[in-house]
Amino acid sequence: MRVLVFLCAMLVASAAWALDPSEMLPDAAQEQRARALDHELRCVQCQSETIASSNADWARDARRAVREQVAAGKTDPEIKAFFVARYGEGVLMTPSTGGMNLILWIAGPVMLLIAGVAGASYIRRRDPAQATEAPLSAGDEARLREILDE
Amino acid sequence: MIIELGHFALILAAVVACVQTVVPLVGAHNRWTGWMALAQPAATAQFVLVAASFFALTYAFVTSDFSLRLVTLNSHTLKPMIYKVSGVWGNHEGSLLLWVMILAGFGASAAWFGQGLPATLRARVLAVQASVSVAFYAFILFTSNPFLRLETPPMNGQDLNPLLQDPGLAFHPPFLYLGYVGLSMAFSFAVAALIEGRVDAAWGRWVRPWTLAAWVFLTIGIALGSWWAYYELGWGGFWFWDPVENASFMPWLLAAALLHSAIVVEKREALKSWTVLLAILAFGFSLIGTFIVRSGVLTSVHAFANDPDRGVLILLILAIFLGGALTLYAFRAGSLEARGVFSMVSRESALVVNNVLLAVSCFVVFIGTIWPLVAEMVFQRVVSVGPHFFDAIFTPFMVALAAVLPLGALLPWKRAKVDRAMQPLWGILALSIAGGALVWSLQTGKSILAPLGFILGIWVVGGALAELVTRTGRGPLSSRLQRLTRLPGADWGKALAHSGLGVTTLGIAVLIAWKVEDIRVAQIGQGYDVSGYEITLRDVSEVEGPNYLSTMATIDIARDDRLVATLQPEKRIYPVAGMPTTEAAIDNGVFRDLYLVIGDQQANGGWAVRTYIKPLANWIWAGCMIMALGGFLSLMDRRHRVAAGARKATPQGVPAE
Repeated sequence: MRVLVFLCAMLVASAAWALDPSEMLPDAAQEQRARALDHELRCVQCQSETIASSNADWARDARRAVREQVAAGKTDPEIKAFFVARYGEGVLMTPSTGGMNLILWIAGPVMLLIAGVAGASYIRRRDPAQATEAPLSAGDEARLREILDE
Repeated sequence: MIIELGHFALILAAVVACVQTVVPLVGAHNRWTGWMALAQPAATAQFVLVAASFFALTYAFVTSDFSLRLVTLNSHTLKPMIYKVSGVWGNHEGSLLLWVMILAGFGASAAWFGQGLPATLRARVLAVQASVSVAFYAFILFTSNPFLRLETPPMNGQDLNPLLQDPGLAFHPPFLYLGYVGLSMAFSFAVAALIEGRVDAAWGRWVRPWTLAAWVFLTIGIALGSWWAYYELGWGGFWFWDPVENASFMPWLLAAALLHSAIVVEKREALKSWTVLLAILAFGFSLIGTFIVRSGVLTSVHAFANDPDRGVLILLILAIFLGGALTLYAFRAGSLEARGVFSMVSRESALVVNNVLLAVSCFVVFIGTIWPLVAEMVFQRVVSVGPHFFDAIFTPFMVALAAVLPLGALLPWKRAKVDRAMQPLWGILALSIAGGALVWSLQTGKSILAPLGFILGIWVVGGALAELVTRTGRGPLSSRLQRLTRLPGADWGKALAHSGLGVTTLGIAVLIAWKVEDIRVAQIGQGYDVSGYEITLRDVSEVEGPNYLSTMATIDIARDDRLVATLQPEKRIYPVAGMPTTEAAIDNGVFRDLYLVIGDQQANGGWAVRTYIKPLANWIWAGCMIMALGGFLSLMDRRHRVAAGARKATPQGVPAE
């Protein structure tokens, strides 16, 4: 039982819950900005989690750093640049549109265009005004009947 | 002893699956009836054997047999019985065994219910299904054997991850797997049809119920997972666009597309080769999903390196089946010539639009999910793709889908006139726009999201109801009501499934737009106000649970001096697994959830309390359940069960199209 209590005490000490009131900025508008930034930054210790939702120590330190910089009057891009300079662009939850990342951003719209054109041309080809309908051959007709009657 | 029997049963099942793959295929090629007929008993035997193996493993978990390595790693004697059972699939090895058991189960049901299928098609379907099984048996037996013993069994186990000890999550994997694996039937039918070289209306009719069942299970599985995340993770998020979630969402999108395109094959003999391709891809995405979840490659590249055997083997399975099926498709697709013709404005065209939107939205999710991997491997850039990307790129597809849905669903086959199809919808359109405008003028924020949600929600749900009403034809109210009750299950299913989509859309939009978050230090006995609700922390106490210790707060919520709810959020610690969890307390309501989380004690003696007000939260999952119910009703339609030729005998009263 003593081991249990010790274990629990250790865990309580190490468990930092996502955004604690003690971390929050007194100024509501600044805190609002800081929270928006929390959702933009990834916890590099975790698996695909933002620092807003993560309970890891690293995330808590990152939230503090965000708040210090917000309080110091830095702009959002400056704060993000600060994190990118230290932890690489992987720290941003939303990839930039620069360089090869452009492929990621335009892949969807381009694919929609391709699929749209393909779909439209298919529909056009099926239009009786354009297409000539191939009637069922006698063999196919018999086979269809056979299947439908089974 | 039972463990060893289970192990042998699994090996035997693998051997039976090998036979079931080869013999019926050869038989179908040479038209040898005996060889083809082997497929059915083999499918049954394979299922019985793998089920026996699964129950042997379950037995080990239930009796806490710690001589089994898997049980030691994932169970504990103090764990409640339900989680001992769910612990069977709460780990890699056991979940794969469940996977392959469901695979064999679908194969066996195809053998039992497939009496109407032509002999060669049935033999080929069962053979293809068994070939997938063979790959997974090999995977389990060679890399992830659940039946390994320990030389010196420990006194007790290491417990299941506490996050997984939850009723929502206990049943999330089985439903998800039923969905993933259900798509294997569509795949087997597609490959068998490619081998046969023909796809006809009857084929569409056979594929659709399997796809529909898989889609229903996937819907329930995804909803359970999202609901679990909502109440368990402690801040009320319901979808994170996490690779593992996306892995289940991609097959769902493709299954939805496949459901609709199979209708075109069945009714109009068009879109054949596209439907076959979709069937292959839908299961391909299930395999990709399994690969993503099981290899851990996307959450962390290092997890993959830790266990390269498993990742490489799943990748190999994926390459063989997807590559093989697509190669076969490339050779045979040309022979799948479409017959039906239809004009530019028609139900067929609307379903093509549906398929374009669903397939491209799946592509978007796919590229967002794998981009971190591609960027790292190809461009040496470490990037994360978070919710903002998916929200920005994916949402427009769903908006477009909801916008075209009611009209598309009402368009007649072959040739349609928009103004005629719109007749029952003008009122709904006006109502939805009025609703959106009203919400826009009433809300305080400037978010376009909530009004848009109301417009689309009313439009889709109203459209589905309007369609039901038009289905009753003309005449006195009583006879129309009578016809309404006699409408085929598929009509009700369609209306319900579409309404469910509308309800979920509305729930998501309103929740995101209007949620309220409050985080502060609360002193015991001092109330404070969160957007009209008076929150008072009454008490915090230490409580001992069966296998955890809990810090439990008691919090009163009042509105206009009337007590609304007393909630007890907890912080739990599971000593065996060494893991803390938050147990949020939620007062569920039709129009809002009150969501409370207790945090740490502060230096001044107060406690961190988080309050969330989540408007229309339950509509998200209610919508999913309505969708699933719609799918189920459609599945129960007697037209799926009676012989295909009997379709002419449907009740009269359907308006002339």
